[in-house]
Amino acid sequence: MFEALSDRLQSVMKTLRGHGKLTASDIDEAMREIRLALLEADVNFKVVREFVAQVKERALGAEVMESLTPAQQVVKIVNEELIALMGSGDSKLAFSGQPPTVILLAGLQGSGKTTACAKLAKLLKRDGKTPVLVAADVYRPAAIDQLETLAERVGVPVYAPGADVDPVDIARGGVALARQRGDVAIIDTAGRLHVDEELMAELVRIRKAVKPHNILLVVDSMTGQDAVNAAEAFRGHVELDGVILTKLDGDARGGAALSVRAVTGKAIKFVSTGEKLDDFDAFHPDRMASRILGMGDVLSLIEKAELALDEKTAVEMEARLRRAEFSFEDFLDQLKQVRKMGSLSSILGMLPGVPGLKDLKNVQLDDRQIDRVEAMVFSMTRQERRHPSIIDGSRRRRIASGSGTSVQDVNQLLRQHREMQKMLKAFSGGRMKGFRLPGVNG
Amino acid sequence: MFKGVAEDEIPVEVMEEEERERKGLFRRLRRNLSKARGAVVGGLKSAVYVGVDRRLFDQVEELLIGADVGYDGTIKIVDELERRCDAKRVESREQFQNELAEVIAELLRPEDPEAQRIDVTARPTVILMVGVNGTGKTTTIGKIAWRLRQMGKTPLVVAGDTFRAAAVEQLNEWARRVGCDIVKQAEGGDPAAVVYDGVAAARSRGVDVVLIDTAGRLHTQVNLMRELEKVRRVIQKQLPGAPHETLLVLDATTGQNGLRQAQEFKQSVDVSGIVLTKLDGTAKGGIVVAIHETLGIPIKLIGVGEKLEDLRPFEADAFARAIFGADAGESGST
Repeated sequence: MFEALSDRLQSVMKTLRGHGKLTASDIDEAMREIRLALLEADVNFKVVREFVAQVKERALGAEVMESLTPAQQVVKIVNEELIALMGSGDSKLAFSGQPPTVILLAGLQGSGKTTACAKLAKLLKRDGKTPVLVAADVYRPAAIDQLETLAERVGVPVYAPGADVDPVDIARGGVALARQRGDVAIIDTAGRLHVDEELMAELVRIRKAVKPHNILLVVDSMTGQDAVNAAEAFRGHVELDGVILTKLDGDARGGAALSVRAVTGKAIKFVSTGEKLDDFDAFHPDRMASRILGMGDVLSLIEKAELALDEKTAVEMEARLRRAEFSFEDFLDQLKQVRKMGSLSSILGMLPGVPGLKDLKNVQLDDRQIDRVEAMVFSMTRQERRHPSIIDGSRRRRIASGSGTSVQDVNQLLRQHREMQKMLKAFSGGRMKGFRLPGVNG
Repeated sequence: MFKGVAEDEIPVEVMEEEERERKGLFRRLRRNLSKARGAVVGGLKSAVYVGVDRRLFDQVEELLIGADVGYDGTIKIVDELERRCDAKRVESREQFQNELAEVIAELLRPEDPEAQRIDVTARPTVILMVGVNGTGKTTTIGKIAWRLRQMGKTPLVVAGDTFRAAAVEQLNEWARRVGCDIVKQAEGGDPAAVVYDGVAAARSRGVDVVLIDTAGRLHTQVNLMRELEKVRRVIQKQLPGAPHETLLVLDATTGQNGLRQAQEFKQSVDVSGIVLTKLDGTAKGGIVVAIHETLGIPIKLIGVGEKLEDLRPFEADAFARAIFGADAGESGST
């Protein structure tokens, strides 16, 4: 259902093998596949139309037509065009020479504004700023409590006169407090529909009252085609300066990011990647482009792994990975780490199209099977775990009976292990040459 | 909306209101969905066409994609629409729109109309609310509780979200507005423990319906899904047959990822129905077509605003017609 773009193109190109050069209709076919992949990634259909037209122009040129690997070339072009579209802006915040710098967060209900405010405060505090949070959402029950609680966790002051005060006055008061006690005011506003005239008017009043240096639209990365409507309307009312994309720890491809970018012309400044207050980073256009295309997001994967591994294990792991050794003990370790990182299918989804990886899709280790696998590995001796090649028939029978599984299960596990070894060889030898395992310094 | 509420238990005024509501549902839905509809119908009406031609079908394709129906769903609908227009020799735009609405309604209609209602026959009926972050679970609980009070039923809400800052306060406020009891514990505790207490309290206090709030969680977070499974098991062990409803709350702005959400939550906790929220915006929630087609989960309720009254039973025909159909008179101007 959500096949990677490269998969799609490769299957199209496979049927054309032996045709030699590509014809214009081959390109048309490829463009159709790209359009499909982008639509499935939730990119707005109007944005897709324009984008594909741009790509087609390039694809009809020499760089693809005369290439030996036209499919790869097309994917490369699409990737480049996406990155260009997503990254050609400034992702830094504007800071005022005369503090406080005022940052206003706006967006639809449930997009993650309040959490983002707290995360932004934590980030800025880490960077040496003194942020003050301002609780201007007077509609959502306990929204003010929520921001107050978060402010305490981050360790920053919060201006929260209560739900009976006009949000415009709250904004003014918050900025005044920030002037006294800090240098940045981060204003949380109520979620509002772009078709709610009253609330949009309120937002305009807040803007006029405090003249923010940064108005950031908070967008849920799971949003579908409607993302452009909201973005356009918000931009029309209050002139946006940037976007914060949230809930990227999900498996939505995030096409809304491209749509919003295309329609507002404003850069995505930050992304929210989890529920903890630290899960907040600067935006990386190349990673987002890969994700939208379904090409895998290796760098994010590495960063996730970074959180799970400690340095010592990382150093040892790296040494072994480079030698393409991967014993069942490592496997057991990895299983534990993997559980912390997220479901296996989503991690597999993060791995790029390394040759041979497609076959690995049959290596689906369903999360529910992990217990069985663990049981089998626990039934192995130390020797067997370190050198699986010694596991002969009688050992397999022993392992099977010890773990309550069948010999076929053990066979399958050993097969999967060999596949993984092969993949790691490709990793260390091929495209991943020179990459350092996270958690390893120097 | 509910099944299992004896007629003689409901106050007359409420019954009359329900009647008026049923009759006025289409009208009201149209009004509530007028913004979504405006965009859609506007698109079709502005088409300059002669009869029902290729361009109109292309426009429909765009409208469906734009409604988050998804590519596969769109092709299926357009193919069926073409077949019908051919067979019935459809020539007027109005007829065309009605056929479109009918095709979509057909995909959304459950085989058993009763399956769309929320069964509150059991005492207590346990309703578990689940979903990803920010979809409107807590607000929906407030709305359902309010409805139940209107019908003379006693709801109890359980603050099963022990993770999100001030989540308990939020539900507490809704309970206060509705005028019902709440079972809660300190933030940061084990949700299974609160839920256990909640169900126990429901039984000892003799309440009619227990509404259990849970923390928003992405279906990709294995440990959180496991936690939810545990919560469900706790309920099951305490009360055979419970939870009687497990409602997945889905934001109408959600794109194709909505199908993934439905799949994963169904696999984990056997979702029995969907609540589609935030339909008062411009999003059409077309992903429910794929969800219903692929997974067979009935859409039971729709949320059309932030007030307690802004909850409606889902009706395939009314929904499809309100968004895609033609009507006597213009689309709702509000």
